[in-house]
Amino acid sequence: METILEIKNISKRYDDITVFEKISLTVKRGEVVVIVGPSGCGKSTLLRCINSLEDIQEGEILLDGVVINPTSKDLSQVREKIGMVFQSYDLFPHLTILQNLMLAPLKVKKADKKETKKEALELLDRVGLLSKKDSYPRQLSGGQKQRVAIVRALMMHPEILLFDEITAALDPEMVKEVLDVVLSLAREGRTMVIVTHEMQFARAAADRMVFIDGATIVEEGDAKEFFDDPKTDRLRKFLRSFSYD
Amino acid sequence: MGFEVLAKGNNAMRLLEGLGVAMRISLISVVISIVLGVILGVLVELKRPFIMAFFRVYLEIVRIMPQMVLLFIVYFGTTKALGLNLSAEAASIIVFSFWGAAEMADLVRGALGGIPVIQYESAASLGLTRIQTYRYVIVPQIVRRMIPLSINLITRMIKTTSLVMMIGIVEVLKVGQQIIEANRKSSPNAAFGIFATVFLLYFLACWPISQLAKYLEKKWEN
Repeated sequence: METILEIKNISKRYDDITVFEKISLTVKRGEVVVIVGPSGCGKSTLLRCINSLEDIQEGEILLDGVVINPTSKDLSQVREKIGMVFQSYDLFPHLTILQNLMLAPLKVKKADKKETKKEALELLDRVGLLSKKDSYPRQLSGGQKQRVAIVRALMMHPEILLFDEITAALDPEMVKEVLDVVLSLAREGRTMVIVTHEMQFARAAADRMVFIDGATIVEEGDAKEFFDDPKTDRLRKFLRSFSYD
Repeated sequence: MGFEVLAKGNNAMRLLEGLGVAMRISLISVVISIVLGVILGVLVELKRPFIMAFFRVYLEIVRIMPQMVLLFIVYFGTTKALGLNLSAEAASIIVFSFWGAAEMADLVRGALGGIPVIQYESAASLGLTRIQTYRYVIVPQIVRRMIPLSINLITRMIKTTSLVMMIGIVEVLKVGQQIIEANRKSSPNAAFGIFATVFLLYFLACWPISQLAKYLEKKWEN
């Protein structure tokens, strides 16, 4: 399979704090990579670096073989290809749901208005929110907002989707409705990098698991093996912290 | 009840003209305040220590000092100290703009600072350029937050114009007093009628404006 995202030996530091050191990761087209690790291990920062929301001090990140960095002139064009959904609900509060979905395609891609609207309505229908098209974000629950945020990212036809703990701020009963959407995207072959604390979901969605701890990738591999037969003590300990028996 | 005085001569017309003076002073001041306030507010939000310190002192002066004292300083003080011959109306517009610009700047600063970073980030990650992000995402939110607040400032200014009679401007309240004085013999009750009318005039000037603010606030609440 063709490589779509290549992270080569990147390091991220704030003054004298090292967030991560010499991390490398390759994502192939259609692959779902799930990153887990203790809080503060830098997994969210890693996602933000892919999108150049954070700069890196060493190494390079390539999307389709093209280097991404925060000073690139064509950064906006690169970001079009990367869809990102954040932990906090980040819909634009002054726009209706439909307007939220159509803003970027119309302004950034200069897409046709009629087609864009048609696509937006189809996608909303798919996540069960067609009736909310003219509502404002404040009228939606957290789970509904996150589903809209996912659709908004999809509207740009990204080559890769980044999900940054998208259920971490949700009430527990809303987690499933959001993860179901992500799972269905995984099944239809979307390329995704997901940071999450939901282990059951990770197991269901992931082609490949990555465990980050202490500023580095400690273990990575096939999802089944990762959960059933972890190789390192650190991962075993981490996985045990999620079970009660 | 003293309302009959209104029908005498052109008293009613004079009161309306007085209201006109008050409205003129406040509207000119509001426009100047908005322009200066937006510029200053954006400058403060850049968070340069010097500008921030300057702004704090400025805002404190405006908030602590009674508007009347400011009026006296500018109108009587500058004539002597600087040898400027300001008209009373110019002096009051200066004072009201000095006050309004500080309040507006504080509103702008608050509105800008209140936009979460994630709004900038999610716009950027959708591929919007910096300019597009401001144009379609940030500025509309700021305007929505600020318009109701600045409308409230306008009504406060209209009300406060009653102070300018202290430096000799003949606005609605002053006209009222003159009418009462002139009719002291023939209509001893004029005070009630006239002041009630003045009250009504202020109400008619401010009420629609504050209703508009309420309407916009409701429409745009996020």
